[in-house]
Amino acid sequence: MGFLDIDNTTKSYGAVEVLHKVDISVEEGKFLVLVGPSGCGKSTLLNMIAGLEDITSGEIRIKDVVMNGVHPSKRNIAMVFQSYALYPNMTVGQNITFGLEMHGTPKAEREKAMHDVAKLLQIEQLLDRKPGALSGGQRQRVAMGRALVRNPDVFLFDEPLSNLDAKLRVDMRTEIKKLHQNLGTTIVYVTHDQIEAMTLSTRIAVMNGGYVQQLGTPQEIYDTPANIFVATFMGSPAMNVVPATVRLANGRPVAEVALHDGSLAELPFSQDNLAAWEGRDILLGIRPETITDEDAADRKSSNIAHLTNRIVVTEPAGSDTFVSMTLGGKDVIARMRSDAEVRPGADFTFAVNMEKAVAFDPASKNRIVP
Amino acid sequence: MSVAMQDTAIRTGRAVRVLIYLFLLLFALFYLLPLYVMLVNSVKPLSEITGGGMMALPEVWTIEPWLKAWSTAQIGVEPTGLKPYFWNSISMVVPAVAISTILGALNGYVLTKWRFRYDTILFGLMLFACFIPFQIVLIPMAAVLGFLGLAGTASGLVLVHVVYGIGFSTLYFRNYYAVFPTELVRAAQIDGASFFKIFWRILLPSSGPIAVVCIIWQFTNIWNDFLFGASFASGDGAPMTVALNNLVQSSTGVKEYNVHFAGAILAALPTLLVYIVAGRYFVRGLMAGSVKG
Ligand SMILES: Nc1ncnc2c1ncn2[C@@H]1O[C@H](COP(=O)(O)OP(=O)(O)OP(=O)(O)O)[C@@H](O)[C@H]1O
Ligand SMILES: [Mg+2]
Repeated sequence: MGFLDIDNTTKSYGAVEVLHKVDISVEEGKFLVLVGPSGCGKSTLLNMIAGLEDITSGEIRIKDVVMNGVHPSKRNIAMVFQSYALYPNMTVGQNITFGLEMHGTPKAEREKAMHDVAKLLQIEQLLDRKPGALSGGQRQRVAMGRALVRNPDVFLFDEPLSNLDAKLRVDMRTEIKKLHQNLGTTIVYVTHDQIEAMTLSTRIAVMNGGYVQQLGTPQEIYDTPANIFVATFMGSPAMNVVPATVRLANGRPVAEVALHDGSLAELPFSQDNLAAWEGRDILLGIRPETITDEDAADRKSSNIAHLTNRIVVTEPAGSDTFVSMTLGGKDVIARMRSDAEVRPGADFTFAVNMEKAVAFDPASKNRIVP
Repeated sequence: MSVAMQDTAIRTGRAVRVLIYLFLLLFALFYLLPLYVMLVNSVKPLSEITGGGMMALPEVWTIEPWLKAWSTAQIGVEPTGLKPYFWNSISMVVPAVAISTILGALNGYVLTKWRFRYDTILFGLMLFACFIPFQIVLIPMAAVLGFLGLAGTASGLVLVHVVYGIGFSTLYFRNYYAVFPTELVRAAQIDGASFFKIFWRILLPSSGPIAVVCIIWQFTNIWNDFLFGASFASGDGAPMTVALNNLVQSSTGVKEYNVHFAGAILAALPTLLVYIVAGRYFVRGLMAGSVKG
């Protein structure tokens, strides 16, 4: 039993089912991020938690109280919308206190709550302005203020940062994280930006096509993705997925991959159970940052494999240099230090941290669990 | 003027511009001519008109025709002037406009923000009301008014105009609210505002432009209506338009054209006033409804 439980919940529009048996449980004070590509049903799920959309089947509970059919205003939730949804005819102050007014809070109390929140978000000087006279970042703050002032059990955010420019987005992201650490309120946050998901969350639900693909901590999602979709969706640049064959070398499983010229290289696995896959094809998942030069290889790793291959392209990106090569017939990206001596067209010996490598079943696309 | 306009994209020579203004002036004069005729003839004695001086300025200025049209002219049987009928019209138009506008706004709100099954079909049917010719509804309407016991009363006429006006007012408000962000309504729902609170506090304050459009449209239509007034109001209860007709058509005695002109201007005055006061918003409102974002 969590603080917020989404129990076997489905959503259909007419005959079309857009959410399939979603099961998510969030504990008090946690930060859950729903992430996935456009149209996967994130907003729909959030709106169902808010009570803005009906629940077709299943149950949503907050603090063990079933919320099916409960009016949005009686769920003690607050929501920040993508467009901020500030009432254009009211001042910032009125926007913030409107919810309290509707709930019959006395005026003096409303004023006090408003000033407390305005102080917290540093928007005191804006209280008398109309939303039309605010910048994007200021509107964002006001929208958060309107949610905060209610002191809700659960905060719902629907892509709150997607209307901001890149720099402001990073700033506000930090601010939301701080806010969560200070207030400790339970948050459900929708985004399609996997970096936002990784940085903010304590739990991530990766969604695709109306299914929850994986639910876990950011680390679990990143290191042990449940399937190829999760593996390639989370992380930038995306995880390399390379066709390989499992062989045995000295009784231990290795991945046999084709280099640029068709010759074969062997990368020993850390997972012994893959021996059961001997002779079979798999898809090998390697994150770009686990392919480096010898000097930058992870010293804590017990399994660094070496691989000499031809460099196709190098892309310096300031702090890192992205190096691409052909492996198993696919383009593979390595993330190197910017001072690594790499030249396009030259052969180079890479160090691959096989401890972090994962293997997928090519038929089911699921990770082969050790 | 010409210095200020040097930098505009369209450069026109002085001669061309003079020509354009001349043209515009000519058209303006042409369109103002009827108003001129009415005004001039309403302030001269009858003898000057019958003497053939339709276009000339009055030799003797008099407001007698205005006073007569307003308070002593023979309308039907009584020499009451247009005054009581003017108030008839006002007391019929104001509630009819108010009610049909408010209902239209409510309809628009429900049709866009509280979608339900078959709502588009319902809206389509309401739109139909905009295209039904007046004549078709006369007899059914008379039957309904009789059934309700409102035949020949002012409230009956108000009802007729409200029913007829709802189609248009709903159309206006629905299109306006269709582009009003639904997230605002959702935010208000979460904030705990009720159905009417959301309407009153969130939507209505942003509806100024379209409300003006709707009010002007309804006011002009209802004020200028003759057919419903002539069909459903009787005798003393007749609206201004019907009274004006009676004034002009009265067959006894000489035709007092100057009084007729004054009466016609009196009848047109309220709509004229509404346009002058709210015309600016009218155009703005029409644009707001048609141009998205
Ligand atoms: N009223 C509706 N009727 C039918 N289908 C709908 C309706 N609303 C949403 N959908 C469908 O439900 C699916 C999920 O929509 P949703 O808005 O939840 O996506 P999302 O994950 O929030 O996407 P985005 O990142 O683009 O906001 C989409 O495929 C959408 O087409
Ligand atoms: Mg969405």
